[in-house]
Amino acid sequence: MIEAQQLTKRYGEKTAVDGLDFVVKPGTVTGFLGPNGAGKSTTMRMIVGLDAPTSGSVTVNGRRYAQHRAPLQEVGALLEAKSIHPGRSAYNHLKALALTHGIPRARVDEVIDLAGLGSVARKRAGAFSLGMGQRLGIAAALLGDPQTVMLDEPVNGLDPEGVLWIRNLLTSLAEEGRTVFVSSHLMSEMALVADHLIIVGRGRLLADTTVSDLVRQAGGDTVTVATQDPARLREVLAGPGVDITGHIGSEELQVTGITAREIGLKAAEHGIALFELSSRTVSLEQAFMDLTRDAVEYHGTTTAIETPGRAA
Amino acid sequence: MTTITATTETPPTTTSERPAYRVTTAGVLRSEWAKLWSLRSTWITLGLGLLFLVAFGLIATARYKSGYDSGTLDKDFASRTGVELSLFGTDFAQLALGVLGVLVTAGEYSTGMIRSTLAAVPRRLPVLWSKAALYGVVVLVVGTIGAFVTFQIGSGIVSGTPAAMSLSHAGVVRALFGAGLYLGLVGVIGAALGMLLRSVAGGISVLVATLMLIPGLVTLLPSSWQDNISPYLPSNAGQSMYALTHDATSLSPGAGLWVFLGWTVLALAGAAYRLVRSDV
Repeated sequence: MIEAQQLTKRYGEKTAVDGLDFVVKPGTVTGFLGPNGAGKSTTMRMIVGLDAPTSGSVTVNGRRYAQHRAPLQEVGALLEAKSIHPGRSAYNHLKALALTHGIPRARVDEVIDLAGLGSVARKRAGAFSLGMGQRLGIAAALLGDPQTVMLDEPVNGLDPEGVLWIRNLLTSLAEEGRTVFVSSHLMSEMALVADHLIIVGRGRLLADTTVSDLVRQAGGDTVTVATQDPARLREVLAGPGVDITGHIGSEELQVTGITAREIGLKAAEHGIALFELSSRTVSLEQAFMDLTRDAVEYHGTTTAIETPGRAA
Repeated sequence: MTTITATTETPPTTTSERPAYRVTTAGVLRSEWAKLWSLRSTWITLGLGLLFLVAFGLIATARYKSGYDSGTLDKDFASRTGVELSLFGTDFAQLALGVLGVLVTAGEYSTGMIRSTLAAVPRRLPVLWSKAALYGVVVLVVGTIGAFVTFQIGSGIVSGTPAAMSLSHAGVVRALFGAGLYLGLVGVIGAALGMLLRSVAGGISVLVATLMLIPGLVTLLPSSWQDNISPYLPSNAGQSMYALTHDATSLSPGAGLWVFLGWTVLALAGAAYRLVRSDV
C-alpha cells in the first residue's frame, strides 16, 4: 500500500511533481503512466526516500519509507537509472545489499535464479547488457521479499522474452497479494498488465482510473456508418445514450452507444441502404494521448507566465 | 487486447512465516566490508599505497647509505634520521590511500550504486560512519605495517651510519604508529570529501590541494601570519604526528594529532550534513 498526499517536488522554479494524491492498493497491478518528464521517476524516488518532498508526504504501509525497520522488506524498487557499481559482480552486489538487512545467502541465490542470472552472477555487472542489468535490478528489488514492488520502466531494453517474463512476474506478484506499482510511458504495455491506472502529466494527476473506465471515458466503441440517407438514419437510430455525429452533406456518420449489429438491423427494418458499417474500438493509446495533451496545453499557459523569470 | 484480471480486492496476504529482517549497525558494517573488498580497485590502490610507502622509504635509505659511503651526501639529506628516511614514502602513499578513500564514497555516486545503498539504508548516516570507520582502520593497519616493515629493513641498510636507529630509540615506535594513524586519517578525510563533493574528480582535487598545494600557497603570506597558520594546516599538523623531533615552527606529536583529528571531524561533519540534507 502506497499513499501519497499532496506530494510535491520542486527543483528551483520547476515543479516536477505537483500536489499528487493517490493510493496504490495491494493485490493488483497499478500502472503509473505519463509522458516523459511527467514526474514518474521523481515520485518513485520520493517513495523510497532518495528525494525529499518539497511538501506533502508519501507513506508505504502506513509509514515513511525510512522509518521502517527493514525497508527492503517493505518496498523493493527498481529505479530508472542504473544503481549498481559496474566493477562488482551481480552476486556481490546482491550480497552487499542483503548483508545490511541480515538477509541470508540462500535468498541471494534464490533471486539470482528467479531473475535468470545464474550463468552470469559472478561476472562484472558493468559487462551486462541492458536487459541483464534490468534483470539484476529486479533481482535486487525482490531480495527482501517485499510486500510492495515498485518498478520504474521495467521493460526498457528487454527482449520480447524478457518483456513476457516481466508481465508474468508482475501478475503473479499481484496474485500473491502484493502491491505492484509499475511506471511506463507506453499505454499499450500497461494495458496488458495493469488493472488500475494512475496517469500523470507535468507532475499533476490526470486520472486515477481503471483500464475499462478509461476506455468508457474516452468514448467507448464507435461505429462508422455510410448511408444513402443520413438524415433518416439519424432519426431511426436516435435514442437514450446514443450519440451521432457527422458532417452536413456527408454520407458518413459516427455513432456511439449502439452496436454495428443493431444499426444494421434497424436500417434494414426501415429500408435504408447502407454502404459501409464498421466498428472501431477506441485505442487506449489515443485515450492516453488525449488526456496528456490536455495537460500539456493547460500547463502551456502557466509556463508562458513563468518564462520571464526563468530566462535569467 | 486488454486482459483485465477481475479486480479482486483481496486484503494484503501477509504470509505468516515472513522472516524478520532488520537493518542493524553490524549489518551495515558487514555490507560495507563486503563492498570494499569486492572491487578490484581496492586491492590495486591499497597495494600501490603500500608499495609507495615501502619502496620510496627503502630508496631513500639506500640513497643515504650510498651517499654516506662515498662521502657525497646532500646537505639536506645528511641531517635525516633513520625514521625520517624510512617514512620518506608517506607523502606518496597518502595520495594513493586518500584517493582510494574518495573512491570508496564518491565512486558510489558516479556509478549510481548510492541509490541502491541508500534505498537499503534510508537513514543514510550509518553508511557514512561505516565507510569511514572501516576504510580508516584498513589504512591504519596497512600504513602501520608498512611503516614498521620499511623501518626494520631501512635501519638494516643505514646501520653503521649517523642515521642508524633501532625501535628502542626514544620516539621511534611512536613515530611509526603516528605515520600509520596519519595515513588512516587521510583515508577517512578522503572518504569524507568524496561523500561531501559526490564527485571523484572533485574529491581528489580538494584532497590534493589540501595536502600538497595549500602549504606552498601559505608561503605567500607575510611571515608573521605564516608562523601562526602554517603549523595548523592539515598537512603540517599531520606531519607532526610522525616527526621524531619538533621545533618552534611545528606542533608536538600530541597537538598535531588533535589538530589533524579536528580537520578530520570537520570533513566528516560536512559530509554528514550533505548526505542527510541532499537528494541523491
